[in-house]
Amino acid sequence: MRTPNAPVAIDARELTRRFGTFTAVNAITFSVQRGEVFGFLGANGAGKTTAMRMLIGLLAPTSGSATVAGLDVERDSEGVRRRIGYMSQRFSLYDDLTVQENIRLFGGLYGLDDHTIRERGDALIERIGLHHARRNLVRRLPLGWRQQLAFSVALLHEPQVLFLDEPTGGVDPITRRQFWELIYDTANTGTTVLVTTHYLDEAEYCDRLTIMVDGAIAAAGSPGAVKSEFGASSLDEVFLRLTRPQVTA
Amino acid sequence: MSTASSVQTAPATAPAVSLQGVTKRFDQVTAVQSLTLTVQPGELYGVIGPDGAGKTTLFRTVVTLLAPDEGTTTVLGLDTVRDYRALRNRLGYMPGRFALYPDLSVRENLSFYATVFGTTVADGMRIIEPIWRQLSEFSDRRAGALSGGMKQKLALCCALVHAPDLLVLDEPTTGVDAVSRVEFWELLGRLRDGGLTIMVSTPYMDEAARCDRVALMQGGRVLRVDTPAALAQSYPLPLFALRSGGERLHLLRTLREFPHAASVWPFGEDLHYTDRRAGLSPSVVLSEASAWLAQHGFSDVQMRPIVASVEDVFMQLATAVPQAA
Repeated sequence: MRTPNAPVAIDARELTRRFGTFTAVNAITFSVQRGEVFGFLGANGAGKTTAMRMLIGLLAPTSGSATVAGLDVERDSEGVRRRIGYMSQRFSLYDDLTVQENIRLFGGLYGLDDHTIRERGDALIERIGLHHARRNLVRRLPLGWRQQLAFSVALLHEPQVLFLDEPTGGVDPITRRQFWELIYDTANTGTTVLVTTHYLDEAEYCDRLTIMVDGAIAAAGSPGAVKSEFGASSLDEVFLRLTRPQVTA
Repeated sequence: MSTASSVQTAPATAPAVSLQGVTKRFDQVTAVQSLTLTVQPGELYGVIGPDGAGKTTLFRTVVTLLAPDEGTTTVLGLDTVRDYRALRNRLGYMPGRFALYPDLSVRENLSFYATVFGTTVADGMRIIEPIWRQLSEFSDRRAGALSGGMKQKLALCCALVHAPDLLVLDEPTTGVDAVSRVEFWELLGRLRDGGLTIMVSTPYMDEAARCDRVALMQGGRVLRVDTPAALAQSYPLPLFALRSGGERLHLLRTLREFPHAASVWPFGEDLHYTDRRAGLSPSVVLSEASAWLAQHGFSDVQMRPIVASVEDVFMQLATAVPQAA
């Protein structure tokens, strides 16, 4: 939930990235408060992935700056990566490792000690009801469970900010909604969540959002504010108008 | 049964695709289970379901790439197992993964596919011209360097260049942004208007409205087949949309505690509430549910009866039948 004067979890100032003559991300400025669920929207090629790669410390900005969980993404990318979690639909867990092996691997990568890994791992397995399947290969789990596990593993090191890159693609409509309840519960504990999605109905579930067009932020605010700014009845309509103005003009 | 000669004498209303009791297993996993469905000539037929529903197995059976363990599949009057050679030239298939050559240019990919099917790009242009027009400025670019939306359009051109009688598209819009999805469906609509029969799968429920008929799939089975409008009308229980100024998750969980609640799910800005009492008048449900919510601190709830969307129907059907593991 968004509350006034909450500490800032993500703060991007004129954040820019060029590849040769192409400007993928063009001076974007936005901030996300602690505990917010923040939607990061845009068409394919609008610059979302590049922006996200800068925020998680994988790609240096060409100019501008950003802090995540209080650390500068360029000067302290190591520190940023320790304070964030990341999950995407495409890659999150190793399919050919078991549930327990994945937990041990990621716990180790996050620098947790064996005792902590075992303690948090057991709690995690209990919480999502996977005790009977803890020695199964992840590939054998139904998609909904795989996704819950990936989400929980991304939170294993108790990150301050969680980045979710299209976490619900291809998932059935019930599992998709259950996943959003998980997101809400996580945000209610004070974890900040930045999420990308192609489902615009999910964008309505965010506290605030930005829509990127050609590398820049073309709309920003709460779902309600964005809709009323554009006089639109749905975010779908806002999205279409921003990204395909020639048709709706 | 379906020899080449019987095709010519078949009545004009013979189905373009007919599956009879098709089952396909991979090891212990039953990918599709006793599927029976027909697609009529000229239909834009949607197969809608999440990952793992069996859509790809169904489509690979239709395009002769998989032989069913049980049942038969007849496409354009030909048996997909026995007559696969004759059939392949008459099918256009766009698989779910981008399957073109990334290091060939746009034009080279198209020429390659035309040659494989024994035709030329010039001959195929009659069919693909409206799509090619949006691609031609990139004709010398390597296919691997195209944007997602452009890759889809090139793949569609390659699947259509030999003027097939049936176009089969496996999740062409997955991972594609909302704008490119709309454009892609507009293209499919135009192809259908030109008389082409199209089978297309998607995990996006909102795309169902673009189809003439849709099959809802989950766990290897067809839950229901109908027109989008008839699906919406088929919803068996009282359904409402509601919202309040209060905290949404709290509202959702409070309403789930209401003793008559069958389900409560977020739908964009609203929650959708289904009452388990079939046939009860909406006004009774409205007043009882509002009273319950008011008792629990939600006094500003706006609630109204609604017509179901395809997604409501899918969720209701998916929870009404046991799910395959």
